[in-house]
Amino acid sequence: MDQPFDLVIIWAGIIGFAVMMYVLMDGFDLGQGILYPFAPDDHSRDIMMNSVAPVWDGNETWLVLGGTGILAAFPLVYSVLLPALYIGVFLMLAGLIFRGVAFEFRFKANTTKYLWDWAFAGGSFVAAFAQGAVVGAYVQGFETNNLVYVGGPLDWLTPFTIMTGLGLVAGYALLGSTWLIMKTEGELQQWAYKITPILLIMVLVVFGVVSIYTPFVDQGVLNRWFNGVSIIWLLPVLALYCAFLIFRAVKKQQEGMPFVATMGLFLFTYLGLLASKWPYIVPPDYTLWDAASAYESQLFLLLGFLFVIPIVMAYIAWSYWIFRGKVKGGYH
Amino acid sequence: MTFGGAMELDPLILSRIQFAFVVCFHAIFPVFTIGLASFIAALEALSLKTGNPLWQRLSKFWIQVFAVVFGMGVVSGIVMSFQFGTNWSNFAYATANFFGPILSYEVVTAFFLEAGFLGVLLFGRDKVPQGVHLFAAIMVAVGTFISAFWILSANSLLHTPDGITVENGLYYVDSWRDAIFNPSFKFRFLHMGIAAFLTAAFVVAGVSAWYLMNKREVEANKKALSMSLWMILLLAPTQVVVGDFHGVNTLKHQPMKVAAIEGHWETGTGIPLLLFAIPDKEAQENHFEIGIPKLGSLILTHDWEGEVKGLKEVAPEDQPPVIIVFWAFRVMVGLGTLMVLFGLAGLFLRRKQRYLECRPFLNGLRMMSFAPFIAVLAGWIVTEVGRAPWLIYEQMRHAEGLTPSLTGGMALFSLTGYIFVYAMIFSAGVFYLMSVLRGGLETANAEQIDSDVEKAQRPISAANANLDGGL
Repeated sequence: MDQPFDLVIIWAGIIGFAVMMYVLMDGFDLGQGILYPFAPDDHSRDIMMNSVAPVWDGNETWLVLGGTGILAAFPLVYSVLLPALYIGVFLMLAGLIFRGVAFEFRFKANTTKYLWDWAFAGGSFVAAFAQGAVVGAYVQGFETNNLVYVGGPLDWLTPFTIMTGLGLVAGYALLGSTWLIMKTEGELQQWAYKITPILLIMVLVVFGVVSIYTPFVDQGVLNRWFNGVSIIWLLPVLALYCAFLIFRAVKKQQEGMPFVATMGLFLFTYLGLLASKWPYIVPPDYTLWDAASAYESQLFLLLGFLFVIPIVMAYIAWSYWIFRGKVKGGYH
Repeated sequence: MTFGGAMELDPLILSRIQFAFVVCFHAIFPVFTIGLASFIAALEALSLKTGNPLWQRLSKFWIQVFAVVFGMGVVSGIVMSFQFGTNWSNFAYATANFFGPILSYEVVTAFFLEAGFLGVLLFGRDKVPQGVHLFAAIMVAVGTFISAFWILSANSLLHTPDGITVENGLYYVDSWRDAIFNPSFKFRFLHMGIAAFLTAAFVVAGVSAWYLMNKREVEANKKALSMSLWMILLLAPTQVVVGDFHGVNTLKHQPMKVAAIEGHWETGTGIPLLLFAIPDKEAQENHFEIGIPKLGSLILTHDWEGEVKGLKEVAPEDQPPVIIVFWAFRVMVGLGTLMVLFGLAGLFLRRKQRYLECRPFLNGLRMMSFAPFIAVLAGWIVTEVGRAPWLIYEQMRHAEGLTPSLTGGMALFSLTGYIFVYAMIFSAGVFYLMSVLRGGLETANAEQIDSDVEKAQRPISAANANLDGGL
C-alpha cells in the first residue's frame, strides 16, 4: 500500500505519550500505597485512599491501553518483553489486582480493615518495583535471536534493575507525597512536607547512579551523550532544575508547585532515557521500524485512537475538575 | 506432544490450563453483566414510562449487584491483555496485525463506556434528569455488547480464519470486513448474546424467587420474576434454534469438532445421536454407547441419511480431546433443555399467578441461578477444546504459538499464582455479593447514613452493604 506518511513515528508518539501518562497518573496513586505503612495514623490513611479513589482506575486504564496498543503497533516489543519479564509481569499484575480490590473493599470492611491496608500497601509496592525493574531491564537490553527472546526467566533481575526498581518505588512515593501536599491540609500535609525532601534525595541518588552506569553498559549511549547532539544535555539539566524547584517549594510551603515540579522531573528523566536509546525499542538489536506492525493495521487502529483519545482526555480533565480542591476525611 | 505417561512440567499444557482458567474465571462476570445491563436499562425505561416507584426500587437494587460484578470483571480482565504476550508470544507476534487492533478497539470501547456512562448510571441518579439516567443505562448496555462484539470477532477468527493471508509466518489483513465478520462470527455472537440474556434472566428469577419464598418486597419481586420468566420462555427455545444453526456452521468449517461432539469415529450416513458413551481416543472407539438411530444425521444435516465425517478422517494427533468435548457438550445441552422446561413450567403456572405460590418451582428457580454459568463455561469448553490441536484452525497449532523461552517451572509459578490471587478476590467478591443479596431491595433503597460526598466514588461503593458484617 501507498504510505503517504510514516505511521511508525506517529505511533511511537502515541505509545510514548500513553506510557508517560500512565507513569505520572498511576504513579501518584501507587505512591499512596507505598507511603501507607508510614502514614501518621489510620485517619490519614482514609484520606490518602480517598484522595485517589475517584481517579485511580482511570489512571490504570492507560496501562491496558498501552499494552494492547503496543501489541497493535509494535508487536515485537510485546512478544519479546513480556516473555523476558514473565515473572516480573506476573508480580506486577498480582500487585495491581490486590491493590485494586483493596480500593473496593477497604471502605466496606470493619474488622478486616487492616488486611486491606496490607493488600493496598503490598500490592502498590510490588507493582511499582516491578515497573522500575522493567525500566532497568530496558536499559540493559534483551537477549534475542531471530526476533525471539532467548534469555532466561530471571535475566531481568540484576543488581542494576533492583536499584531501578527501588528508584521507581521512591519516585512514585515522591509523586504521592507531593500529591498529598496539594490535596490535603493540616497534619497529613505537614507530614508530606517532611518526607518529600527525603524521598527526593533517594530519587536523585538512583538518578545519579543510573546516569553514570548506563553509558558504561551501552557504547551507543556513550556516543550519543559525548559525541552526539549536545542539545540533549538540556534534559538532565532541566530534570535537576525541577529537583531544585521541589526543594525550594517545600521550603516555602507552596502547595501546587512540588507536584508540578515532580511531574517535570519524571518527564525530563523519561525523555532523557528515550533520547539515550532512540531509535531502539527492543535494545540492543531492534528499532521502532523493526518492531512495527503492518501499515494497514497501524492505520486501521489510528482512526479509532484519534477519535477516542481526545474524548478520554476531556473526561479525565472533567473528573479531576469535579474532584478538585482539598480532600476531607470521612467516617466509614 | 505426548499423551498419558510423561508427567514432567510441560509449559504447553500448563499455559493452556492457565489460559483456560483465567478466561473461564473472567468470562463469568461479563456474561452476567451484559444481560444485566440490558435488564437495568429496561427497568429504567419502565420507571420513566409508568412512574411506578417499584421499577426504581428494583433498578436501584440490581444496579448495586451490577456494580459489584462489573468491578470484579474489570479486575480479572487486566490479566487477559498480557497473557497473549507472556505465554503465547509466537502467536501474538505472528497475528498482531489483526489481533492487536481488534483487542485495542475492545479496550477503547470499554474505556469509552467506563469514561462516559458508568459513573452516571452508578452515582448520578439524583444528579441528572431521569431521562439522562436512562440514556446512560442504555449506553452502558450498548457498550457491553460492543465489547463482546470485538472479543467474539477475535475469537471467531481462530475458528474460521478469513480475510487474512500468511506471508513468512506473519498474518496480514486483506479485508477487515471479511476478517472481522468471519464465517462463524454471527452465530457465535448471537449464541453468546442470548446466553448472556438467559444468564441474567435466571439470576434475576432465582434471586426474586428466593425473596418471594421469604415474602420480601413481594410486589416488586413479583414483577422481576414475571419479567424474567417471559424472557426465559422466549429465549431458551430460541437458543436451541440458534445453537443448531451454530452447529451446522461448525459442521461446515470444523467437521472434526462436530465429530468429537457427537463421539463419532467413522464417516457414514444415517448416524445415530449418542446420549451416552465413553469415547476412548487411544482405542479410537466408544465404550457403552447408547444412542438414537439416524437422529444425529437429521440434526446435523437436516436429512435422515445425511453423511457426517468421522474423527478417523484425520490422524489421532489432529483430533481434539474427544471425551472432554463430548461430555461438555452434553452438560451444555442438558442444562439448556432444563432451561426450556423451566420456561414452559413458568407459562403453565402463570394462570392465576400460581407460580408465586408454588414452592418447588420457586426453589427450582433458586437452584437454576447457577445453571447458565455452568452452561456457558461448558459451551466455551466445547468450542475451544474442540478446536484443538489448532490454535488457529488448520493454520497454527497450540505448540507453535507458545512462548519459546517459557519453561515448565515459570508456567507453574504463574499458574499457581493466578489461582491463588483469583481465589482470594473471588471469595471476597462472592462474600460481598452475598451480603448485597441478603440486604436485598430494602437495604439498596435505604437512605444512606453517611454522606455520599465523603465516600469513595468506586463501582462497589455504589452498594450499601458491609463486607464483614460490622457497623
